[in-house]
Amino acid sequence: MTGTEIGLRTLTYRDAVREAIREALQKDERDFLMGEDVGHYGGCFAVSKGLLEEFGPERIRDTPLSESGFVGAGIGAALGGMRPIVEVMTVNFSMLAADQIINNASVYLYMSGGQFNVPLVIRMATGGGRQLAAQHSRCLEGWYAHIPGIKILSPATIEDARGMLWTALEDPDPVLIFENSGLYNMEGTLAADAGPVDIHRARVRRAGRDVSIITYSAGLFKSLEAAQILAAEGIEAEVIDLRTLRPLDEGTFLDSVARTHRALIVDEGWRSGGISAEIASRIMEGAFYELDAPVARLCSLEAPMPYAKHMETAVMPQADRIVDLARRMVGAHG
Amino acid sequence: MKTKQTAKAKAAAPDRAHALHLLRAMTRIRRLEEKCAELYSAMKIRGFLHLYDGEEAVAVGVLQALEPEDAVVATYREHAHALVRGVPPGSILAEMYGKQEGCSRGRGGSMHLFDAKTRFYGGNAIVGGGLPIAVGLALADKMQGRQRVTCCFFGEGAVAEGEFHESLNLAVLWGVPVLFVCENNLYAMGTAIQFEHAVTDIARKAACYNLPSAPVDGMDVLAVEAAAREAAAAIRAGGGPRFLECRTYRFRAHSMYDAELYRSKDEVRQWKKRCPIATFTQRMKRRGVLADADVKAIEADAAREIEEAVAFAEACTWEPPEDATRFVYSEGRMP
Repeated sequence: MTGTEIGLRTLTYRDAVREAIREALQKDERDFLMGEDVGHYGGCFAVSKGLLEEFGPERIRDTPLSESGFVGAGIGAALGGMRPIVEVMTVNFSMLAADQIINNASVYLYMSGGQFNVPLVIRMATGGGRQLAAQHSRCLEGWYAHIPGIKILSPATIEDARGMLWTALEDPDPVLIFENSGLYNMEGTLAADAGPVDIHRARVRRAGRDVSIITYSAGLFKSLEAAQILAAEGIEAEVIDLRTLRPLDEGTFLDSVARTHRALIVDEGWRSGGISAEIASRIMEGAFYELDAPVARLCSLEAPMPYAKHMETAVMPQADRIVDLARRMVGAHG
Repeated sequence: MKTKQTAKAKAAAPDRAHALHLLRAMTRIRRLEEKCAELYSAMKIRGFLHLYDGEEAVAVGVLQALEPEDAVVATYREHAHALVRGVPPGSILAEMYGKQEGCSRGRGGSMHLFDAKTRFYGGNAIVGGGLPIAVGLALADKMQGRQRVTCCFFGEGAVAEGEFHESLNLAVLWGVPVLFVCENNLYAMGTAIQFEHAVTDIARKAACYNLPSAPVDGMDVLAVEAAAREAAAAIRAGGGPRFLECRTYRFRAHSMYDAELYRSKDEVRQWKKRCPIATFTQRMKRRGVLADADVKAIEADAAREIEEAVAFAEACTWEPPEDATRFVYSEGRMP
């Protein structure tokens, strides 16, 4: 904690995303940002605040409330040689653009026999926990991860918020970046020379020997909090941040399970047919004989998000329940 | 106004070379589509097959206004557009055979013809799905200072989709160089226009977005060409998007699965009297621009070309099944 702090600076997740966008637009003439309220309003979550003044209305392009129209226009602009960053205000509204994302962006290269790739980045806010009820709290990135032809990124850390956009813009194919709206105010440190980050590997955020907690996005911080509580009881949890939901880096979590012999998946999405089911299946396929306990999952309850705070808390995975589950898993064979 | 007069003058009297060119283009389409129907019955072509018979004047007329560097976004009824833009008929048929020498490597089939060389961006089989993409292609041209036109075809069925309205609004807001072409053939699959639209005047709907729009007789290749040239000239002059509603009719069923329960045989018969190829031929012969020998020569050339295309498709090869996940993502880095 001495020399390493030189060159570190403190910023929020929101600042990190804004810096990434600014840098992209400075670096490449072809990059531009478009979406609802990205310009004059400054971004629904203030991510793009100040960028209109800096880059002008052509490159910080406000759009009408036409999700399908402007996401499709992003696909067309990408095909036409631009490198658009399309902001869909939240994942909930991306349902109105699902046709363009799923029926066009994800299939254009394949359907054209390799002739037309779509270098498009779509960013959107995701997640619950802010008392916004059923229509503004969805966590659907795992659901998008079902679709071949697109890549699904889930930056949880400041470093990833800053670096994933860069890597995504260098990708020849469509990349969706899901920014958890609960993380925008989170502060953290970043190296002054922070650059692009790998988007194909999961990361072990905390090493441990007793149980692997596999998670992503805001689930990472609940899991780290739980790991700290567990540590006080002598249970060492390994916490894995998936970072990218498609392609899924199974190597990292299978290796971890081979070390800890227990897997607990924490997912703000729903359990049935969700990404947690996929991860559990991969563990069955790739690490079955390593397991000392059945794979466990903590997901959101299978209900639309309620408004009342205590109800919302009850629906979503929380650190205390992660602790309970991990304790039981380890206790069973500990 | 000057452009309009020029266009009308052109519409009134094509020279012999141009008349030959237009008739050849429409005849090639008709022969290709007839062959497709035959090959479908012979089970050489499978999946959905949507034929363009009756609508030839639209693709041929509109595409006269395009330059080689312009782009086309089309629908699942797009064999004609690909052919007129210069995609070889052998490559189109090979695609429908599902062979890897097809213009989309056999990945797309009849509904998804793509061709990078001619900037042919599909072949979109989600009704209305191509309109936002055309707006984006045109936006890219505008932002990069290129003087190109993106031409977007869709049917009147697409006019009921939200994407139609979103795209027209965006195109006008952003002043992008798109030529929207509605191929109004009066039926969205089997639903007649009066059952799909509260307002059946499509050009009027476009006008609501402050989009200069005009209806044109889609059975008259010269009228379509004149209207398209005028619209394209206005777009190239920086006038923003334009909209053409081509009023036409499809002679065949919607697809090979359609029993045509929704329209009468008499209605089809009446429209066939307005066949764009027959009426154009008669007109040109009457005016002494074309002779019987010209028509025969064009027929013979088209028949030979399509036979050669079939032979080509027959000789093409199958993609190895091991390649089924190729091109889900790009191979290697971006250029």
